[in-house]
Amino acid sequence: MTSDAPAIPTADAARPLLQRPKEVADRVTWIGALDPALRNFDIILKTANGTTYNSYVVRGSAGVAVIDTVKQEFTEEFFAKLEEVVPYDEITTLVLNHLEPDHTGAVPEFLRRAPHVHIYVSPRGLQVLRALLKDEFERYEVTTVETGDTVSLGDRTLRFLTTPYVHWPDTQCTYLEEQNLLFTCDLLGCHYCDARLFNDKVGDFRFSFEYYFDHIMRPFKRYVTEALDLIEPLEIDMIAPGHGPVLRAHPREYITHYRRLITKRLASETGAEKTLLVFYVSAYGATAQMAEAITEGAAESDDVRVSLFDIQGGDVTPFIDLIEEADGLAIGTPTINGDAVRTVWDLLSSLVDIETKGKLGAAFGSYGWTGEAVGMVEARMQGLKMRVPEQGLRIKMHPTGDELEDCRDFGRRLAAHLAGRPVEREIDMSALLGR
Amino acid sequence: MAKAKLTFTDVALTVNVPAGTRIIEISEKIGSGITYGCREGECGTCITRIIEGQDNLSEPSALETRVLKDNLAGRNDRLACQCQVLGGTVKVKPG
Repeated sequence: MTSDAPAIPTADAARPLLQRPKEVADRVTWIGALDPALRNFDIILKTANGTTYNSYVVRGSAGVAVIDTVKQEFTEEFFAKLEEVVPYDEITTLVLNHLEPDHTGAVPEFLRRAPHVHIYVSPRGLQVLRALLKDEFERYEVTTVETGDTVSLGDRTLRFLTTPYVHWPDTQCTYLEEQNLLFTCDLLGCHYCDARLFNDKVGDFRFSFEYYFDHIMRPFKRYVTEALDLIEPLEIDMIAPGHGPVLRAHPREYITHYRRLITKRLASETGAEKTLLVFYVSAYGATAQMAEAITEGAAESDDVRVSLFDIQGGDVTPFIDLIEEADGLAIGTPTINGDAVRTVWDLLSSLVDIETKGKLGAAFGSYGWTGEAVGMVEARMQGLKMRVPEQGLRIKMHPTGDELEDCRDFGRRLAAHLAGRPVEREIDMSALLGR
Repeated sequence: MAKAKLTFTDVALTVNVPAGTRIIEISEKIGSGITYGCREGECGTCITRIIEGQDNLSEPSALETRVLKDNLAGRNDRLACQCQVLGGTVKVKPG
């Protein structure tokens, strides 16, 4: 616990409550770990309130399941709770909803202690489990499960929902049918540590819930949508996530809130139009001239809405929301010291927080000597899983009248790609030798 | 050498390639949205939808078959880092 982080409850205050299992529903027991001192998660998240690693035991008349485990450093704490709830020989089932280390840190040791259990993972989870267990993998009984598959514990039934990419390829949810209880692992979770555990008992964690969504789930909105499509028809009395409070009071509200967070804002503003955002930085006005001409050319298309932004010296943060909902992105940068300019890199690096896959990307810029910035921006766009259908446009020094017309053509072609009516082209492979 | 036509529909471009060319050799150079992770057929990042010409591709190896299955790939999906265009016409888009 650091002295400058007086989260409530404090680590010391929470500690006495950490050592015991806690029943969250009839024959469903929380056996996770609290980590109130954590201040940074996965490098990308600040965790002013620490976090929890939630694991659960479900007891049926003919079997006992453990749902997920904890981060490796909390392994002993996990086993102490587990042993208080159930002897190893009674455990029949291990469900791994997500294989990231903060949920599977205790898995190797758990399997040494209970090697007879049957492990259930998603199909994509299998490859991570194989990597986690290395040579020991072949010793265990593992079954991959998909949406609709069930495992019976006697009078309790676990039903699986394949919900990939929320936020890893392997993620799934597990539904305890008889109690309308959904184990979601990272989905609908948050980093908030409070030993009172239930959402109607802990402190105000709303900020943490949204902050977690923004940094973990937002780049996967498309997949969150698919997950919610599966979850929303279920009767839900409780949501038991892998981090943060157990949502037993009005759990449906959290699902509804996620739906709100993934819905486009003011969607009717653009309607059926495709949107192209043109951003630029210009040292001597040449790249600005290019940007304006590209915008003019693209704007000739009635079904593409084009917007132009000079981002020199500005904060790029406000543009992230805009880019998230845009169909295309063209970035202009001069080449300075053999590189794109810092503001452009700031913008491009910020895009890690949103989904850019499949968007149209394009780069352009004026240069004095070498002009490699355009190619660098294109490479970054490809790294962001964007398609870059038009080779970047580079112009040495200020553009001539003809070159400005080339820029307008470039804009027209970008608009045509966005509108779904590009001019089909054919080339020989030899034309790619220089790329 | 036998030739083939490989079309990337997301960028509206057809490339005339020699038989035996892998999709990975072309897609990044022309800006297609097909993306790669390990580039060795293990991670499944480069799953690509074959729109036309499935029969004009090399047979999937045991590794590719397993990775496609593990990643819940569809019947017309292949790994762009693995499959080779053997001839005729093949049309693809990012999976």
